[in-house]
Amino acid sequence: MMITLLLFAELAERLNTKEMQIDASGKTLKEVKEMVKEKHAGIEHVIDQSMVAVNEEYAEDTEVLKDGDVIAFIPPVSGG
Amino acid sequence: MENLYEITRDPISIEAIVKKVEHPHAGAINTFIGTVRELTHGKRTIYLAYEAYESMAIKKLAQIGEEIKKKWPDTRVAITHRIGQLEISEIAVVIAVSTPHRNDSYEASRYAIERIKEIVPIWKKEHWEDGEKWMGDQLEKVAYPTGKPPKGDE
Repeated sequence: MMITLLLFAELAERLNTKEMQIDASGKTLKEVKEMVKEKHAGIEHVIDQSMVAVNEEYAEDTEVLKDGDVIAFIPPVSGG
Repeated sequence: MENLYEITRDPISIEAIVKKVEHPHAGAINTFIGTVRELTHGKRTIYLAYEAYESMAIKKLAQIGEEIKKKWPDTRVAITHRIGQLEISEIAVVIAVSTPHRNDSYEASRYAIERIKEIVPIWKKEHWEDGEKWMGDQLEKVAYPTGKPPKGDE
């Protein structure tokens, strides 16, 4: 099951991409965070600080992903 | 129907945003204008670069508008945030709020900017003479312990 992961700001820069497809069948958001942290060393602290949105709404770490979901890692925001 | 909540790459017209909230029942229109500051704790900014998760940012701006209408009835809200490269003194955000009575317009305007800093997925990168850094720590606090921001009524 593939989901789309969107990256922004510092995370997009560090990973050198704004978007990736990942296989996250039945995984929770917390598990996805762990997966990405394992694959990309050096960005753990940014991921730990990030909120996660599923289909453009903030979601809890315990949320389980469905096929076709678009999730976004949202580093601490700083608009205004 | 014009768009009350927008993300733009162009300079923001304050008058255009104010126009959106004008209403015969309004006795007050409050505008908040957020601008790019040169000095932060003595460090000199050369320019700022703003980035947004645009589709979600517009939704979250609209959510703030709805929260405001619940708290302060008969209020009209319009918010435009600019992204891209902004120079010193340029306008990053304009919030216009019209209300029947003036006190509510001040309070609602303040509420809007504080909520933007909590829940709207917009980021800024400070560019200094000697470096650059993505800013942001959710209202200068630590990241949210639950992984998501507080609800509007909390």
